[in-house]
Amino acid sequence: MEATVLNLLAAVFGSLWAPIWSLIKPVWPLLWTLAKIVLIMAPLLLSVAYLTFWERKIIGWMQVRIGPNRVGPWGLLQPIADGLKLFFKEVLFPTAADKKLFVLGPIMAIAPALALWAVIPFSPGWVLANVDAGVLYLLAISSVGVYGIIIAGWASNSKYPFFGAMRASAQMISYEISMGLALITVLMVSNSLNLTDIVMAQSKGRFAGYGIDVLSWNWLPLLPMFAVYLISGVAETNRAPFDVVEGESEIVAGHMVEYSGMAFAMFFLAEYANMILISAMTSIFFLGGWLSPVGFLPDGFHWMAAKMAAILFFFLWIRATFPRYRYDQIMRLGWKVFVPLTLIWILVVGVWMMSPLTIWK
Amino acid sequence: MEFKTLLFYLFSTVTVVAALRVITARNPVHAALFLVLAFFNMAGLWLLLQAEFLALVLIMVYVGAVMVLFLFVVMMLDINIERMRLGFWKHLPLGALVGLLLIGEMAAVLSGRYFGLANLPAHNLPANYSNTKELARVLYTEYAYPFEIASVILLVAIIVAVMLTLRRRKDTKAMHPSDQIAVKAKDRMRLVKMAPEVELPAPAAQPGEKA
Repeated sequence: MEATVLNLLAAVFGSLWAPIWSLIKPVWPLLWTLAKIVLIMAPLLLSVAYLTFWERKIIGWMQVRIGPNRVGPWGLLQPIADGLKLFFKEVLFPTAADKKLFVLGPIMAIAPALALWAVIPFSPGWVLANVDAGVLYLLAISSVGVYGIIIAGWASNSKYPFFGAMRASAQMISYEISMGLALITVLMVSNSLNLTDIVMAQSKGRFAGYGIDVLSWNWLPLLPMFAVYLISGVAETNRAPFDVVEGESEIVAGHMVEYSGMAFAMFFLAEYANMILISAMTSIFFLGGWLSPVGFLPDGFHWMAAKMAAILFFFLWIRATFPRYRYDQIMRLGWKVFVPLTLIWILVVGVWMMSPLTIWK
Repeated sequence: MEFKTLLFYLFSTVTVVAALRVITARNPVHAALFLVLAFFNMAGLWLLLQAEFLALVLIMVYVGAVMVLFLFVVMMLDINIERMRLGFWKHLPLGALVGLLLIGEMAAVLSGRYFGLANLPAHNLPANYSNTKELARVLYTEYAYPFEIASVILLVAIIVAVMLTLRRRKDTKAMHPSDQIAVKAKDRMRLVKMAPEVELPAPAAQPGEKA
């Protein structure tokens, strides 16, 4: 791809290209990486904008309402209008707030949510950094995301944000454990920490030999772990029905109460970027990433996009369907149900892999 | 100067500054956050040494779990900073002694001449070398028993910590979800058969009343 771009640039600039190239050659790797980052970020932020629109539409339809339909054709410009409104609003600083940390909070929320995309492969070779320890990187950086909420909650120096911060840190740490343990089974069967290798490991198996690849993806042999991972993902992003962190009927909006304008929008962006990320991770770990579900159709990014869209729809669907969990029940589900279940399933998968009945060779 | 060297100086400068701010910051929450920054830059230094597993686990365990709980506690305590600084001059000699001892030990280790640093194999690793795999191989074969014993000790520590703080309150209103689910309608509600209320026929108009 890099060579194609260089050839294209040379064709565009014609005879001017040689001096330009001699000028930018030393910094070309940096420019190329920046271009790739833009290529990932721009569609991501656009997806975030339209995910909010899609969410309002879908929940509207599920509750027999119409949803946003005033701005632009079919309301399609609504997220743009919302973005502009947030952008031009004043960011207010509470007098009692810790100014520096108040600013740091939203930054710490959005930075890990964006940094995580560096190792996500979209198709063979379509990845910013194809690192060996990709899964470890995901686990490490995603565990930093909680700082945004804690810092924001503390720096606001106000009751409800502080409650929100405490709830968030307890909840996110609890569900990180079950998420990590569920991923261990995936690592065991795919024998790699590299995300591309994990996807490619799912293209092998008995069913893939028959042409029904969808049955040899990880979701079927690791079905309980798939469920645990998906539900923990919802809890990890603090989405309904696990949104007690910002439960508006109890603590108004948790850590976001004192934020306005773009600072608030940062938290909003981070939440939706995390949702899209969880959907991408679930499709890579359990649903075969960019692999086609049947043998006679070609693989490609469109399959991954479709899987991500399906998981995102699931996120919105449960938000429209379920009432909010009680806090002690959230903790019980994480520690007393998911953690033992994942520990037992790791043992089961280990025994299965060592037995003659193993399906992973 | 190589780009890596530049990165090394960047990471180490930030680490040292952040570590200094940990002990000089007036607000304990700021100190804890500076410690997080120091951890992050240490992880960067380890990445430069091609120890990607250790670097990422440092972030995952210390930044992602330990420091979150630490902050959690520090934020909830109402710490009187004036009182915390009271014993500073009294404890200074002991602290300085420990500090000097640490510096001496570090200097001894870092001056590799005395420890045959030159005899160590060169740090040339193949491109497909996986740090994680090598660590796992050693941990689960050669050091399997010490590793398991360490994990059992940690497990015992967790159970002990839970047992020490676990106390059943008499006035707790917590409910068991399994009991809640097992409840049937007839346990909570009794349907009583009642004769239907019959409306009385309207009384006939009294004579003499005006219509």
